[in-house]
Amino acid sequence: MEKFISHTGTAVPLRRSNVDTDQIIPAVYLKRVTKSGFEDGLFAAWRNDPEFVLNKPEFAQGTILVAGADFGTGSSREHAVWALQNYGFKAVISSRFADIFRGNSQKGGLLTVVLAQEIIEKIWDVIEAAPVTSVTVDLEAKNVRVGDAVYPFEIDDYTRWRLMEGLDDIGLTLKHIDDVSAFEAKRPSFKPQTLPAKV
Amino acid sequence: MQVRSGEMMGKTLAEKIWADHVVREVAGEPDLIYIDLHLLHEVTSPQAFDGLRLANRQVRRTDLTIATEDHNTPTLNIDQPIADPVSRLQIETLRKNAAEFGVRIHSLGDANQGIVHVVGPQLGITQPGMTIVCGDSHTSTHGAFGALAFGIGTSEVEHVLATQTLPLVRPKTMAINVDGSLPAGVTAKDIILAIIAKIGTGGGQGYVLEYRGSAIRNLSMEGRMTICNMSIEAGARAGLIAPDETTFAYVKDKPHAPQGADWDAALAYWKTLKSDDDAVFDAEITINADELSPFITWGTNPGQGAPLNGSVPNPTDFSDPEEVGAAERALTYMGLEAGQPFKSIKVDTVFLGSCTNGRIEDLRAAAEVIKGKKIAENLRMLVVPGSAKVRLQAESEGLDKIFIDFGAEWRQAGCSMCLGMNPDQLSVGERSASTSNRNFEGRQGKGGRTHLVSPLVAAATAIRGTLSSPADL
Repeated sequence: MEKFISHTGTAVPLRRSNVDTDQIIPAVYLKRVTKSGFEDGLFAAWRNDPEFVLNKPEFAQGTILVAGADFGTGSSREHAVWALQNYGFKAVISSRFADIFRGNSQKGGLLTVVLAQEIIEKIWDVIEAAPVTSVTVDLEAKNVRVGDAVYPFEIDDYTRWRLMEGLDDIGLTLKHIDDVSAFEAKRPSFKPQTLPAKV
Repeated sequence: MQVRSGEMMGKTLAEKIWADHVVREVAGEPDLIYIDLHLLHEVTSPQAFDGLRLANRQVRRTDLTIATEDHNTPTLNIDQPIADPVSRLQIETLRKNAAEFGVRIHSLGDANQGIVHVVGPQLGITQPGMTIVCGDSHTSTHGAFGALAFGIGTSEVEHVLATQTLPLVRPKTMAINVDGSLPAGVTAKDIILAIIAKIGTGGGQGYVLEYRGSAIRNLSMEGRMTICNMSIEAGARAGLIAPDETTFAYVKDKPHAPQGADWDAALAYWKTLKSDDDAVFDAEITINADELSPFITWGTNPGQGAPLNGSVPNPTDFSDPEEVGAAERALTYMGLEAGQPFKSIKVDTVFLGSCTNGRIEDLRAAAEVIKGKKIAENLRMLVVPGSAKVRLQAESEGLDKIFIDFGAEWRQAGCSMCLGMNPDQLSVGERSASTSNRNFEGRQGKGGRTHLVSPLVAAATAIRGTLSSPADL
């Protein structure tokens, strides 16, 4: 995973709440067996509308998505994270994220930043008035800077450390694989096994 | 205010299961949790297996892992190669991965193929007190057995394949008390739709929900699975119900149920799996079952629901400006007018199936309503059993004939029109009454309009052609 320390770019205002992962990437785009090439499915249905924000040339270069509340609800498809990253997004800002989406994004290095809804509204106003406004999402300093305004955000130290170091969870867990073996030795015999198969 | 006092205090069911699966616990880090069962399907696993290959890793516990094909499988002509080459490749990739890594698989055509959340319980590998994961958000279904079960992303699928564990932050717990008794014609689906309408699609975020109360205790295992299934629609990764005699009886005769002394040991453990009387939940809500009636959704998220007897809400009736905007957009997308009675809404397609309502009890309930009747003109009804075994069971009871005589299509098992990944889709503007779990824009096909309903409402709607309950017949 790529390290995330700080990212500066321009932002895209997505004035919608409850953006579910079926909107981020519809099921028909989930058939690929790779992690790349999902950008064509990103917000596929909405992109048919010429007025949709991603179709506006002034937001074409945006790398930070600023969305309404409850972003990423519904399906657990990690393809939603890949689609956002394949398209070029490095961070998403919302007042509330669905649990599974947030977990998936943290595994893949897409930073999800929680800011209060009134701050989101302010950022929307600023970037709609001036799409070229420079926006920085700074994980090291734990703040978002929009023009001259600075908005601090919270993130747990462990996740922050993992993202800043670009660490892979599996590698971290394998350091403690002896603990896993010790746990397995004590599991009760009545726990079911899938093998040998019984039908 | 109640203060938590460490060891002295009672534990909730979710806390007990959690505690029994902690492999490693260090302050400032997520707990490392052992996973008792990992379910796989074709859509969220290929990239995880690729990751294993790249790192030269094996599947740590093939004996705690099982795969089936469900999301993109066709429900017609399953004896022939899958027509769509991209879908076919995805299925073939799962088969190759299962063979290469030694994972048990139930493929299309096998009696145990079907929706992963129907297959686990029918094999008896879903049991109380387990931790169960799958790369599918409706894994919460298995919580009906008193298991801690939740959906994960593909990175986590790879993590479980490699280590049989997951690093997880301990969730908060929410009690949802459903007391009283359900009026006739009101089902588990109506309970959960009412709960989601009450707490919203984000109300359960960060929580494990525990469904309690007399109305829950009186539900069958199928009904309990319907409820736990849709926990994610309220934002909760998991929902569970304490196991009881209903649960034990359901598990007992299943192929992978513990035998002999193991059964006795398991049962003794399972009986400890309930929230202590003095356990404190982080949040609690109460629903009165006596006041419930058939429930439907009118909008484009599962929280936008209301009793079928009502009418389409006026967006300006909502107090939160976000909700006003969301309701306005939803009505435009759904092609509905504020004030229009729900029962006047004409439906094109009825879908009976999914991990929410594709089990044998759901098919029986719908068949009972339509028996001897004829389908409404210009309406199509798809009946898609949750698994090949459910299909066989239904056929042995003659339910297939009832559906076919009625004018419905009797299909092979799979996720089908719930998510429209296979050819079973709505077309632009087409309206469905669907027993599935999500009414998102385009969920059942681009431009399709979905109303979530119970199997009873689905059946009555197929007869009348407009959203209806059996009481309207």
